[in-house]
Amino acid sequence: MYFQLTEEQNLIRETVRSFAEKELAPSAAERDENERFDRELMFDKVAELGLAGIVFPEEYGGAGADYISYAIAVEELSRVCASTGVTLSAHLSLGANPVWLFGSEEQKQAFLTPMALGTKLGAFGLTETGAGSDAGGTKTFAVRDGDEWVLNGSKIFITNGGDAEIYIVFARTDKNAQKHHGISAFIIEKDTPGFVFGKKEKKMGIRSSPTCELVFENCRIPADRLLGKEGEGFKIAMKTLDGGRIGIAAQALGIAQGAYEEALKYARERKQFDQPIASFQGVQFILADMAVRIEASRLLVYQSAWRASAGLSYGKESAMAKLSASETAMWVTTKAVQVHGGYGYTRDFPVERMMRDAKITEIYEGTSEVQRVVIGSAVTRG
Amino acid sequence: MFLDLNEEQNLIRATARRFAETELAPLAAALDRGEQQQQFLDNLRKLAELGFMGLNVKADYGGSEAGVIAFSVALTEIARACASTAVTVSVNNMVCEVIQAVGNEEQRLRYIPKICSGEFLAGAFALTETGAGSDPAAMTTLALRDGDDWILNGSKIFISSAPYAGVFVVWAVTDRNAAKGKGISCFLVAAGTPGCLVGRAEEKMGQHASATNELLLQDCRIPGSALMGKLNDGFRVAVAELAGGRIGIGSLGLGIGQAALEAASRYALERKQFGQPISNFQAIQWKIADAATDLEAARLLLMNAAFRKEQGKTYSKEASMAKLFATEAANRVCYEAMQIFGGYGYTSEFPVERYTRDARITTIYEGTSEIQRLIIAREVLRGYA
Repeated sequence: MYFQLTEEQNLIRETVRSFAEKELAPSAAERDENERFDRELMFDKVAELGLAGIVFPEEYGGAGADYISYAIAVEELSRVCASTGVTLSAHLSLGANPVWLFGSEEQKQAFLTPMALGTKLGAFGLTETGAGSDAGGTKTFAVRDGDEWVLNGSKIFITNGGDAEIYIVFARTDKNAQKHHGISAFIIEKDTPGFVFGKKEKKMGIRSSPTCELVFENCRIPADRLLGKEGEGFKIAMKTLDGGRIGIAAQALGIAQGAYEEALKYARERKQFDQPIASFQGVQFILADMAVRIEASRLLVYQSAWRASAGLSYGKESAMAKLSASETAMWVTTKAVQVHGGYGYTRDFPVERMMRDAKITEIYEGTSEVQRVVIGSAVTRG
Repeated sequence: MFLDLNEEQNLIRATARRFAETELAPLAAALDRGEQQQQFLDNLRKLAELGFMGLNVKADYGGSEAGVIAFSVALTEIARACASTAVTVSVNNMVCEVIQAVGNEEQRLRYIPKICSGEFLAGAFALTETGAGSDPAAMTTLALRDGDDWILNGSKIFISSAPYAGVFVVWAVTDRNAAKGKGISCFLVAAGTPGCLVGRAEEKMGQHASATNELLLQDCRIPGSALMGKLNDGFRVAVAELAGGRIGIGSLGLGIGQAALEAASRYALERKQFGQPISNFQAIQWKIADAATDLEAARLLLMNAAFRKEQGKTYSKEASMAKLFATEAANRVCYEAMQIFGGYGYTSEFPVERYTRDARITTIYEGTSEIQRLIIAREVLRGYA
């Protein structure tokens, strides 16, 4: 057992924290208010730090770092701006990673490398109106026509949607197959004829991260854009989401850490009954419970990241990390607002935004309920 | 980061598990009923022979030098079978460690090898008093100097292992005029010293085989050489050493929680209602998922605290976090495990009823959850002051 971070991991934390505090923090509230995605700030500059493909080998434009470094990067971005955190997580874990895991050499060169370098932004299209937790309900169709696939259907709640250049899209390729059989994955580029963007969602939180609908109307793509084998789509989606949970868990961890620090700062400054409210046990216990739950979640997140990089199984562990970190984020941000009292309910303090941002971490990339199903079946199977 | 156990730690864990499964688990229900006390004591001796009473103690004093992580995983394995045995092992290790850390060479050589070898079945901590629980500095037991000797008067309560302990670490006031907490010293009192009497046994909710007694000190005369550490420095020693004990109790809580989760998982797969195993129902799956996640987080917090102690880093905050989280988790897990068992869980036919009672004390002794939160908040706020 060795719990210390490496020098490189510590350096990544310092670098990303400094970037987040100097560059992201000043506009985080305004971007939230105006639902504004600032591509240059939130992605291009993040890519300049080498984060866009941090876990991929250098030959594909990555930084060759491990998953703990990646988790730290998402955590530090999200500590200040959860929208920027999810931009990176969706891009790397959901857009780039399936190409790394299942792509052909040509596909890696053509799509992974630009994503890892950060010249192109990635996204992932699985969810549909009728296919949320149950991806087997996918209705989007892809039909083979000569050397092309023709897609019809629509995807909703797509993070980075509209702004991303590369989309990993799941569609049914076998009409007769049931549920999760007969689904395939495709790489689709922005500006492909027949591929348009629908409604942009108005959200409770992570408002600076764009979320929109993808619409496919007789969208023709070359046959070589099939990712992995035909009919392998469900497996690709599940594998991708195993890794994606590390990113979202890290995002939730960052939100929780940010809110905790805000609460701590406020509790030490705010005086009532002639003393800082941090001197009251009622407030101290909230701060202590925040610290404990965050530390426990952090260890779960890093453990799943460590297992991912060590080549060990990590499906159960990343589900635990995501469940614990996201529920911790919701709890900590709610309590952080409480510590701030009425001020916490206003947009003069960032905890209001953090609480709204935290809520989505319990929902996307597998709700808490789905994480519990994953964990429960893994435990009883073992 | 590297989050696997090393070979030695794995070996110790496997040894503990084997002993726990073959010797401790079959006995635990009888011990809970107050039977087979001799076998409980025999097992303590066997555990000592296997090296479990001084896991983080130097070989010079008969210890195993296996480290804090090994101590934690061993204790968890023992508690998974029998919490009464585990608490005795935890306290024995802490008594050895406090003597090693604070005692002089003569004191170390006199007592530690006897606990490590099993010649003394136990050592005991005598800190708590009726009026001094979470606030140990409020103690009133008095040590008065008489020539070269000290004379102890007062009484201690809730002393684990008192009837079969070979030595007591006793805290007493040595300077009544000093500021609170500044006039307390620590003594080593051999069992059988005239005036050192084991009093009334507590009737407890759980952990029945582990004896918990009053310790009466009535004109108990001990030599000057019985003073451990510096005069009037005892309170600091107590506070520092309890941090290590917290890793022990947290690990114990984790072991009980694991036992409860495993029992409930097995039962859920077997028990059929509505024509199918209840493990098919999400209501049950989620209890199991939450329990497994809680225990995994607890394990990592414990390992982290143990790692820091082993590396010589500060670990008080981390030990408090681990103890708070692991023992609260153990209680939640036992509660839900009993719920999965339904009415059967409430009977002594299944072990979760005992696990639930055994777990309850873990959020109380060696610092209540409330005291852990105070420590954590203090450490956190200090970092920003």
